Amino acid sequence: MVVGKSIPRVDAYDKAAGRAQYTDDLCGASALVAKIKHAEIAHGCVRSIDTSAAEAIPGVVKVLTCFDVPPYQFPTAGHPWSTDPHHQDIADRLLLNTHVRYYGDDIAAVIAENEVAAAQAVRALRVEYDERPFVLDVQEAMAPDAPQLHDEFPGNVVGHTEVRRGDYAAAIAEPGLTKVEGWYETPTVQHCHIENHICVAHMEAGRVVVVSSTQIPHIIRRVVGQALGIPWGKVRIIKPYIGGGFGNKQDALYEPLCAWLTTQVGGRPVKLDCSREETFVSNRVRHAIRFHIITWVRPDGTFAARKFECFSNQGAYASHGHSICAKGTNAFPQMYPCDNLECDGWTVYTNLPAAGAMRGYGIPQAMFAGEAHMEDVCRAMGADPVDFRRQHVMPVGYVDGFSKNENYFDTFNQVMDKGMEAIDFRRKQAAYRNQTGPVRRGVGMALFWYNTAVWPISLESSSCRMVLNQDGSVQVQTGETEIGQGCDTAFAQMAAEALGIPVENVHMVSTQDTDITPFGTGAYASRQTYVGGFSIRQTAELLKERILKYAQEVTRQDAWLLDIADGNIVRRSDGRVLLSVGELATTALYSLEHSQHLTAESTYQIKNNAYSFGCSFAEVEVDIPLCKVRLLRMVNVHDCGRLINPQLAEAQVHGGMSMAIGYGLSEELKFDPRTGRALNNNLLDYKLSTTMDHPDLEVRFVENPEPTSPYGTKALGEPPACSGAPAIRNAILNATGVAVNRTPVTPHILFDRFREAGLL
Amino acid sequence: MAQYKLVRCRLNGRDVERMVDVRASLTDMLRNDYHLTSVKKGCEVGECGACNVLIDGECFNSCIYLAVWADGKEIRTLESLLGPNGELSDIQQAFVDEAAVQCGFCTPGVILSAVEILESGKLYSDDELRKLLSGHLCRCTGYQNILRAVKKTMYRRLGLEPPEA
Amino acid sequence: MYDIQALYEATSVADAVALRLAHPEAVVIAGGSDVLIKLREGKLAGCSLLSIYGLDELRGVSLEDDGTLRIGSLTSFSHITKDPLIQQHIAVLGEAVDQVGGPQIRNIGTIGGNTCNGVTSADSASTLFAWDAVVELTGPDGVRQVPIADFYLGAGRVDLRPGEIQTAIRIPRAAYEGYRGHYIKYAMRNAMDIATTGCSVNVKLAADGTIADARIAYGVAGPVPCRCPAAEAAARGRAPDDETVEAFARAVLTDIHPRDSWRASKAFREHIAVELARRALRKSIELAGGAR
Repeated sequence: MVVGKSIPRVDAYDKAAGRAQYTDDLCGASALVAKIKHAEIAHGCVRSIDTSAAEAIPGVVKVLTCFDVPPYQFPTAGHPWSTDPHHQDIADRLLLNTHVRYYGDDIAAVIAENEVAAAQAVRALRVEYDERPFVLDVQEAMAPDAPQLHDEFPGNVVGHTEVRRGDYAAAIAEPGLTKVEGWYETPTVQHCHIENHICVAHMEAGRVVVVSSTQIPHIIRRVVGQALGIPWGKVRIIKPYIGGGFGNKQDALYEPLCAWLTTQVGGRPVKLDCSREETFVSNRVRHAIRFHIITWVRPDGTFAARKFECFSNQGAYASHGHSICAKGTNAFPQMYPCDNLECDGWTVYTNLPAAGAMRGYGIPQAMFAGEAHMEDVCRAMGADPVDFRRQHVMPVGYVDGFSKNENYFDTFNQVMDKGMEAIDFRRKQAAYRNQTGPVRRGVGMALFWYNTAVWPISLESSSCRMVLNQDGSVQVQTGETEIGQGCDTAFAQMAAEALGIPVENVHMVSTQDTDITPFGTGAYASRQTYVGGFSIRQTAELLKERILKYAQEVTRQDAWLLDIADGNIVRRSDGRVLLSVGELATTALYSLEHSQHLTAESTYQIKNNAYSFGCSFAEVEVDIPLCKVRLLRMVNVHDCGRLINPQLAEAQVHGGMSMAIGYGLSEELKFDPRTGRALNNNLLDYKLSTTMDHPDLEVRFVENPEPTSPYGTKALGEPPACSGAPAIRNAILNATGVAVNRTPVTPHILFDRFREAGLL
Repeated sequence: MAQYKLVRCRLNGRDVERMVDVRASLTDMLRNDYHLTSVKKGCEVGECGACNVLIDGECFNSCIYLAVWADGKEIRTLESLLGPNGELSDIQQAFVDEAAVQCGFCTPGVILSAVEILESGKLYSDDELRKLLSGHLCRCTGYQNILRAVKKTMYRRLGLEPPEA
Repeated sequence: MYDIQALYEATSVADAVALRLAHPEAVVIAGGSDVLIKLREGKLAGCSLLSIYGLDELRGVSLEDDGTLRIGSLTSFSHITKDPLIQQHIAVLGEAVDQVGGPQIRNIGTIGGNTCNGVTSADSASTLFAWDAVVELTGPDGVRQVPIADFYLGAGRVDLRPGEIQTAIRIPRAAYEGYRGHYIKYAMRNAMDIATTGCSVNVKLAADGTIADARIAYGVAGPVPCRCPAAEAAARGRAPDDETVEAFARAVLTDIHPRDSWRASKAFREHIAVELARRALRKSIELAGGAR
């Protein structure tokens, strides 16, 4: 049984040896270099671009502007396409835009023989704008007189989700209720994968080929086709190893533009390599969301009614649009169910960089607000944070009407128990009561739940191909992409187990090439281990059936008597090894009587989804005079079903916890309110955690096998990023009595709050 | 007018020389002239550590090091650590064993910082190791398994039993 | 590939001076951790560079005959931290520059570059101010010695005259003998960060245990690093007790002039400056063997 074992990553050697090839490593020296001219106003129209000086620079091959691009507005979200126009992503941008909608918008591109000439040419472009008023604040953008970003969306509202249960107005009239109300704010942050987005495009046999650092090659093919107005089959996308994605690369970034640029220089290869500064501003960011939550609590602690409003700052282009806000809004009623409920989520265009998918997809925001608010309710009621949550949290047997997700196990209590024990919660709670000194400690916790995959909102399907080699080993291909998270290794384990061959004999084809790789939508929604499992098991069974059928010819034993174990064809009845799969494969391939190449390929459409659960516990030390928080300990407990590879699962949780720590304490992409320009779009000024900003990261698991999953597994990729920030916020509250209703909890914020609280 | 300079250096144990554009960073030279693609570009302004290489035994971000300065220096990239038959060195193997590798993009640079740490022959505390590795940003690992891998290798090289966790 | 017009590489200090005169427009590059970043950002794009990085004669720490501590301008931060003379006479400088950026930056960054770029946030600068360092400049007319406080002319501007390069930072014996000090870098991260405020304090205790001298300097408390004479006066001759520490810390507000920026508010920086003064003085007294 190789599923459940901590085997090394299948790509570990190549990566540790420095041999793994990423997009730039594959790019030939002959490639031309493209650089983009980004707008230097937040809102307006490009009146003219004088390209003469740029074109005169030696080495400049071509300058293209927003007046030259094809007239096809296209969507960029990395969602499966929908044939129903009502469910299609918003197509609201061109390759280069005359209507500038944020500071950094793409208005022209230069193609040159080298990067220096390209950069000089970008600087030499003379742009005239007609400026318009701009709006950065999400609620101000909803005002009747606010600047309008897109003609198709008057009022700037991209989407609105409404959830209603019971009768809120009647419920709050009940006498004796305690009203707990808060506004909570989450920041704009960026993914900060260490490899910036990069793509290289060229033409071959009249088609456009793009090698790209993407999570979603098959989706990119469709978007490139849409943006260029060419048949999708004329586009080929190749995805090699990528240096992280975290959702930013679950979007068509510059592949469409790069694809178009090569068509403008006769198909010569063109490389478009984002700088770190561009990655921050002109790729995607996480939505900043403002929340307003009211809970009406009865004297016995039960909820009479709850109200939830959120305002999601979309920035200038729709990208994933309202899906993120909708996900957060729908998470709220399921976490702590209440009979009387009003939820409204709004997604609104503003003149900021476009927000898209980022690890957690709206849930880190919603959990920060929801779990901060839950803590506020506990304090208002004088209740214990853990006991109170136990009383209210989604009960065992809960079924969501829309997704049909079911809470099969008592997971919430199990993860809380494990987390409390790990961090010694009760003892510390007692020890940290009534502190008065300048340096105080506190403990806090937060829960989360997360969906696995996107059914029933979108298509969920996975395809797999298996090809048997002469030696009995198998190539496995899927459209699901390795982006660092380790899915290739998990898939190899699944395939080995389903086929009955040693895992060393499974060769994962890590590169996706849309000409060769079966269709799959890619890495997002923490879906791949779950959905990949269906198609891998199904395809393995098909291949196994073909192998055994051929084995019947060779061994004269009926196929139903045969099985594959440890790479051999065995007779079930007595366990005798009849021949190896390799011997069989060689025979089958070269047989002069009946030659057969044993392969299998299949698609599985998944019409299920699964709840994934967990919690974070944090212990902090707050130096009040210095307004500084030191995170002393952090424990995450997850139930993602059965662990396919425990060591890789733990490693993945570490990364998510790190992201959550940054979200809670230090990371925020800031903008100049006077211009809309990003202020800290570099890795020095944007405070991603370093080795010195973390305690040891502690991980625990509860393994309740997911009943709907072929391997008992469910979401783990994104969940670790979901509950850390509110746990830290609640620990600071426990330490100081100061409730900070925004993240990150920086020294600047604490300075203001501590002064208000009289601590300074 | 393009300006070139002959840069002679000892690169991964071999004496090499090449006419180099004076505008090149050491990253440019190593990647483009010598095809040493383990040297990664993550920010090109010395903030992420992906392009880290060893120069005369000390770590430098090669993106903010002029290629011409390499003249007369001993330069080592991750490629130098492999044995003649492609064997991983102890520190690389520890990265594999401890699951310290995820997307792999920061890995070469981090391993070279680990080499400088290990070659010092000193036993460092956890806090010291964190500081010595603080010039690398990683978004996948939370640094946890990287620290484990470096710590275990440090203990083993000193002939000591690595402590748990 | 950097957008460089031309590169001149100096082979000696004299050659550097000659090249400075021949190419006054060329930007001097020492380790490059500041200049190359400005080139990448486009601020210096198209400039010519005069590299002095190869001048090994400007590396290393030594003690001159009169006891002056001499730090060659190209000495890297990590070499300053590891240097025995620094550890013996002005350990706080080694500790301060050990907080610059990260390890790789400390291997390339030089103390000369850190002071010549004239920025207020330089981790070395507040300590050099607080220890009365003298900047040695070598030019066509020979060597010039300038007290560090006079070397800084304004934000990003230093007293480097045509043909000059900085060749050493010198700390006279009287400026370090008997002093012990502490530097606190206040930043948003514990590595790879620039100081929100940096505070360097040192004291010399008299035989009777009182504070014979106290010196304090800040980075990012004004356009250039600065000393706080009012605070120093408030501590000099006093007992090293809480009252003195408090008077000292409060008095720093007389001399610092932080500003509001997106990085931090003036009020926040002032608050932190006072708290850092408190902590750095206490620690310095402790290091000097004083009470507490």
